Amino acid sequence: MANPLFEHKLNTNRRHFLSKLSLGVGSLALGSLLVPDMFSGKEGESDALPLGFSHFAPKAKRVIYLFQNGAPSQLESFDYKPKLNDLHGQELPESVRNGQRLTGMTSGQKSFPLIGSKFGFKQYGQSGAWISDLFPNIAKIADDICIIRSMHTEAINHDPALTFMQTGAQQGNRPSIGAWMSYGLGSENKNLPAFCVLLSRGRGNGQGVYSKLWTNGFLDSIHQGVQFSSGEDPVLYLNNPKGVKDSERRNMLDKLDKLNSMSYEEFGDPEIHAKIQQYEMAYRMQTAVPEITDLSKEPEHIIRMYGADCLIPGTYAANCLLARKLSESGVRFVQLYHQGWDQHGNLVGEMPLQAEDSDRASAALVMDLKQRGLLDETLVVWGGEFGRTNYGQGASSRENYGRDHHPRAYSIWMAGGGVKPGVVYGETDEIGYNIVKDPVHVHDFHATMMHLMGLNHEQLTYKHLGRRYRLTDVHGKIVPGILA
Amino acid sequence: MDYAVRKNIWKNKWFLGISFSLILTLFVLAFSSGSQAEASLPEVVDYNFHIRPILSDKCYTCHGPDANKREAGLRLDDEMAAKAELSESPGKFAIVAGDLEKSELVHRIWTADENELMPPPESNLKLTDRERRLLQKWIEEGAEFKQHWAYIPPQKVDLPEVKKTSWVKNEIDPFVLEKLDELGLAPNPMADKERLLKRAAFDLTGLPPTVEMQDRFLADESSDAYEKVLDGLMESKHYGEKMALHWLDVARYADSHGYQDDGLRTMWPWRDWVIHAFNENYPYDKFLTWQLAGDLLPDPNKEMLLATGFNRNHKITQEGGVIDEEYRIEYVSDRTNTFGKAFLGLTYECAKCHDHKYDPISQQNYFQAFAFFNQVPEKGLFGTIDANFADPPNMQIFTEDVEELLHFVNKKDSMPVKVMIMQDSVDMRSTHILDRGNYDAPTTVVRPFMPDFIFPFDSSKFEQNRLGLARWLLADEHPLTARVFVNRIWQEIFGTGIVKSSGDFGMQGDLPTHLELLDYLSVDFRESGWDIKYLMKKILMSATYRQSSEADKRKLERDPDNLYFSRFPRRRLNAEFVKDHVLASSGLLNREIGGPSVKPYQPDGIWESATSGRGLLQTYIQDHGGDLYRRGMYTFIKRTVPPPSMLMFDASNRDQCEVRRLQTNTPLQALVMLNDPHTLEASRVLAEKLMEEEKSLNEMIQSAFRQIVCRKVKADELEVLEEYYAEMKTTFEAEPQRADSNLMVGEYPRLKNEDIPSVAALMQVIHTIYNLEESISKT
Repeated sequence: MANPLFEHKLNTNRRHFLSKLSLGVGSLALGSLLVPDMFSGKEGESDALPLGFSHFAPKAKRVIYLFQNGAPSQLESFDYKPKLNDLHGQELPESVRNGQRLTGMTSGQKSFPLIGSKFGFKQYGQSGAWISDLFPNIAKIADDICIIRSMHTEAINHDPALTFMQTGAQQGNRPSIGAWMSYGLGSENKNLPAFCVLLSRGRGNGQGVYSKLWTNGFLDSIHQGVQFSSGEDPVLYLNNPKGVKDSERRNMLDKLDKLNSMSYEEFGDPEIHAKIQQYEMAYRMQTAVPEITDLSKEPEHIIRMYGADCLIPGTYAANCLLARKLSESGVRFVQLYHQGWDQHGNLVGEMPLQAEDSDRASAALVMDLKQRGLLDETLVVWGGEFGRTNYGQGASSRENYGRDHHPRAYSIWMAGGGVKPGVVYGETDEIGYNIVKDPVHVHDFHATMMHLMGLNHEQLTYKHLGRRYRLTDVHGKIVPGILA
Repeated sequence: MDYAVRKNIWKNKWFLGISFSLILTLFVLAFSSGSQAEASLPEVVDYNFHIRPILSDKCYTCHGPDANKREAGLRLDDEMAAKAELSESPGKFAIVAGDLEKSELVHRIWTADENELMPPPESNLKLTDRERRLLQKWIEEGAEFKQHWAYIPPQKVDLPEVKKTSWVKNEIDPFVLEKLDELGLAPNPMADKERLLKRAAFDLTGLPPTVEMQDRFLADESSDAYEKVLDGLMESKHYGEKMALHWLDVARYADSHGYQDDGLRTMWPWRDWVIHAFNENYPYDKFLTWQLAGDLLPDPNKEMLLATGFNRNHKITQEGGVIDEEYRIEYVSDRTNTFGKAFLGLTYECAKCHDHKYDPISQQNYFQAFAFFNQVPEKGLFGTIDANFADPPNMQIFTEDVEELLHFVNKKDSMPVKVMIMQDSVDMRSTHILDRGNYDAPTTVVRPFMPDFIFPFDSSKFEQNRLGLARWLLADEHPLTARVFVNRIWQEIFGTGIVKSSGDFGMQGDLPTHLELLDYLSVDFRESGWDIKYLMKKILMSATYRQSSEADKRKLERDPDNLYFSRFPRRRLNAEFVKDHVLASSGLLNREIGGPSVKPYQPDGIWESATSGRGLLQTYIQDHGGDLYRRGMYTFIKRTVPPPSMLMFDASNRDQCEVRRLQTNTPLQALVMLNDPHTLEASRVLAEKLMEEEKSLNEMIQSAFRQIVCRKVKADELEVLEEYYAEMKTTFEAEPQRADSNLMVGEYPRLKNEDIPSVAALMQVIHTIYNLEESISKT
C-alpha cells in the first residue's frame, strides 16, 4: 500500500468517513467493516456508516443461532401444561381464542379440541425448569440456559414468519440479523466471512429455506451470509480446479498481481488494488476454510458429546460442531437451519426423531463452549419461527395428533453471551394459548440480541432510498429480565 | 476485507476502547472543522439544494407530512404552515422571514438546554454546525420556500457558455464542462480507440467487440468512424438483450414463483417481448403503455396482452394454509410499489402503513394508487404447486400465434405456453384504505387517483384505470416520467445517475448533480418521440462519454466519486455480462435469443438443500450442449435459490423491483473467476483453438489477449505472460497426466491436440488473462 495515490484515496475516504462520524460522537465504528468500502473506492449510500456503535461494553462477541425450522411445538418441549391433559378433547373456548386468525389449514375445521402432550415433563436443575422427556440432554444444561416461554410473532405462515424472525420484516428483502451484525461489527478473522450459514434436514415434515433469510438486502454484499455445504466445496467455488497445485495457484496470483499493478499505474483506480486484495483473501480462505471444516481431527470425547452423526457431513450434529469451530475462529454470526419441525400431523411419530437429532448436539454445543471458556462471550439461540396450537389439527386422538401454526406464544432458549442462566422467563395461560406474563415480541428479541452484542438497535441504521432502516423497524424493547 | 483493525479493538480491554473513542472524537472534530464542506456557506442559500435536505432528513420525522406523527402542530414541509403562528405556543413562530430573534427555530437548534434542543437528543438525529448556520442564513435571507425540484416540470434551458469548445461534441458536454470549470478540473481527453470500442460494445450489446471489429475501427480514420460503430452495435440483435437486462431487474422477472415452495412459472415469453421491444426500438410511451395497460387498449392483440405480464412478475405464494386475501393484497401492493419506483422514482411503499414521513404522499394517496392495480380477478393462493405455472388471469400462446404475430417468442415445441397477464374485473372491486396496511383492517373507500403535487390527475382527461394512469404518466407536463427513465439510462452507462438515488426522486433522495442536463435530456427525449435509441446514441456520442478513465491525484481529490464526470468511470461488468464476455471471447457463446431459461453448470446440492420438497424445482437438472453456452440473462432464476455466481457479482435476486445494483468487490468473486467451470472451460476451449491455428506462442497470447481484454497486449504484459507460459509448460512436461486432468473441464468436446503440455500451459495463461481486473471492466 505504499503507493501515494492509493494512500491519498484512502485518506480522502477516511476523512469523508470521519466527518460523517462527527454526528455520532462516542462512536467506535472505526473498524474493519469500513475497510471493504474504503478499499473498493466505491461511493456508499450517504449514511453508509453506522452512527452508533455501543455506548456500553458488549457481553457477547459472537452468535450461534440454531434455527429450528418449521416451528417445534412448545407444548412438547418447554411449555409444560398439565391442564391441557386434564382438558384433553374439550373445545378451545372462543373467549380464549379471541379473534385469533387461523391458517387455511384449520380455518375449515369445525371443532378445536384441546390436546395434551403425549410426552412427560420433569423439573431440572436449580431453576426447576420443566422440560419434556424428548430433550434429556438439554434438560441437563437447564441451569446454563434461559428459556423464554413468551415469544410471540405476527405471521402465521412459514415463509413470512421465518423472514420476520431473520430480517425483522415479513416482506421486503431486508438485511438479515447476521448481515446487520456483520455490518455493525465486522469479522474477527480476516480469512473467514463474518456471517456463515449451515443447512441440515431432519426426519420430520420439512419446509424449505430461502436465501433471502441470509440476504444482505440493501447492505453491501460482503455482509451476505456465506452458505457452507457438505459437498466437495465447503464454500462455493472454494477448491482449486482438478490438477492445479497450490504452489501453481500462488504463482498465478503473483502474475496477476504484477499485471494488475501495471494497470493501476495507468489508471490510478483504487478499485484495482481492491481486486488484488480480494484475490489474496480468496487465497487465504482456500487454506482457512478446509482446516475449519475438517472435523476428522476432533478428539474422541468431543465426537461422543455431539454424537456419532457429527462425523457425517451435513447433519445437524456436524453443523453444530462446525458452528463451534467457526465461532471459535472468530466468525461473528453462525446461522444454522435445521428443517423438519412442521408437525401438522403425526406429531407423536415425528417429534421424537426431530428432538433426538436436535437435543444432543444443541446441548453438546453449549457444554463444549462452556468447557472452552467461550460460552460467556458466545450467544447461543435455539428456536423456531412460531409456536403450535394447543388444539389438534385434523383427526386427532390421545395416541397421535398434529398441531397447526400458533403465533401468539412459543418457546425458545438462549444461552451464554450475557444471558441470565437458569431462568425461565415469561408465562402462558394454563392451556398454553395466550401469554399472561412478560411477552417478548420478535422485535424485542432482536433488540435484546443486538444489545448483548453491544449494539444499540435504534442507532444501528442504514439509509437506503431516503429512509433509515433498522433491524427492529420502529419497534423493539430490550428485555432486561433475561440479561445477566 | 482486512479485519485487523477491528480485531485489535476486540483484543483490548473495554476501557481502552473508550479512550480510543475519545481520541477518535477529537480527531473527528479536528477534521470536521477543517474539511471543505464545513468551511464556507454558499453565497446565497438555496431552499432546494441546501435547506430542504436538512429539514427532510432531520426534522420531517416529527414535523413533516405525516399528520399522525406531527409534534407541537408544527409542519415544516409546507410554507404556510411553517410560517404560521405555532398552534401550541400562541404568539410564537417557528420561522419569521428575516428575523432571527423571533424565529423559534433558530433558538431551538442552538440552545444548550436538552429539553428544548431540536432535534431532541433521543431522536438520535443531530444537526451539524454547518447545517445550523445554513438554516440561520436562510432565515436571514428571507426564508424562501420553493417547490421540490422533481415536481417542477423539466424545461430545456440554453446550453451553458463554456470556453473549451473544442472538447464539446454535443449538447451534453457544455453542462458537464460548466461544473468541471467550477471545480477547477479539466475533462479527460478521448479514450483510446480500443477502450472506447470495448466500452461502447458492452454498453450497447453487453458483449465484447470481436477482433475483426477492433481491426476495422482501428483502421477506419474517417471522421464518423465512431458513429458508424455505434449505429452498427445498435442494429445488432444483442442490443435488445443488453437493454432488457436492467428492465428485468425493474420488473422483478424470474422463472419461479418465489416464497417457500417456489414452483416453476413460465413468464419467459414476456422476457422475449422486452428484448423484442428494445430491438424494434419501441418508443418509451408505447413500451410503458403496453406494459401498464395493454389489456385496456381498444381491441388489444396478443402482443399487447403479453406486455402486461410486467404487472404479474411479482412473487406468488404456494404455501398451503395461507390466508387468501392477505396475499392478494400483497400482490397488489407489490404492483403499486413497483409502479412508484419504476415510473415515478418515488418510494410509494413507505405510505402503505402511514402517511409518508418525507414526501407528501398520504396513506390515502397510496391506496388511491393501489386502486388502479386492485381490479385483477386473481387469488392469493390459487392451488397446488404443480398445477400452476401461470395463475389466472393468463393467456395461452399457441404455435399459430408465434407464426402470425408473436414471432419473437422463442417457443421450442408445439405445446402452447401459458403466461400471466393483466385484466380488470368487470365489476370494480372497491378499494379501502387499510389501517396500518393490514389486509384485515379496511377503513375508508377510495377511488383510483394520483396526487396533485406530482401532476393533477384530471378525470376529464384520464380514465380512472391503468390506461388513464399510463396517459397521465406520459402527459407533456408530467415532471417525473421522462426524468426517471433518462436518469436510469444514464446510470446504466455511467454507473451512477445524475440523481444518484435513481429509485428516490423525493425529498430524501439525492439532489441531481446536473439538474439542467437531466432536464435538457428529458425534454429532448420526450420531443424525440420517446426514442430510446436516439437517447442512447446522444449519450454515447458525447465527449463526456468518450473521455478516458485515467484519474490523476487532483481528480481523485476534487471528484473522488466521479459525481461530476471528470473522467469515464471504470466499472466492473454486470454479473450476466461477465459470463457473456467469457463465453463470447472464447467462441463458446450460443447466440440464440429468448426461449425458456436454461440451467448451466452449478455447484451440486444448492437447490436440493433448500427445497420444501414440493414442485418441479426440487432438484437442479443441468442442461447440456448449446444450452450451457447461452447468455447470462437466460440462466434460470429460482427466486429462493438464485444462481449463486450471479448473486456474488451483485445480480438482483428478483425478490422485488430493483432500479440500481450495488457494485461490490469480494473474495467470493475471485473464487468464481478462479474456479467456476465456465471460465475454466472457456480457457481450455480457446487454448485448444489457438493451438490448432499453429501460430507462434507470441501470436497466440496476443490473440487471446485481444479477444479477452479487447486491446493489444503491451510488451511488459506479454513478457509476464510468456514467462508464465514457459513455467507452466515445464511443469506439465514433467507431469503430462496432470496437464491432461487440467484440460478435463466442461462438456464441450475436446479438440485432439498432440501437444498436451503446451495446450494446458496456454490454458493457464488464458485463465490468467480472464482474471485480470481489466478484462471484466469497462475502462
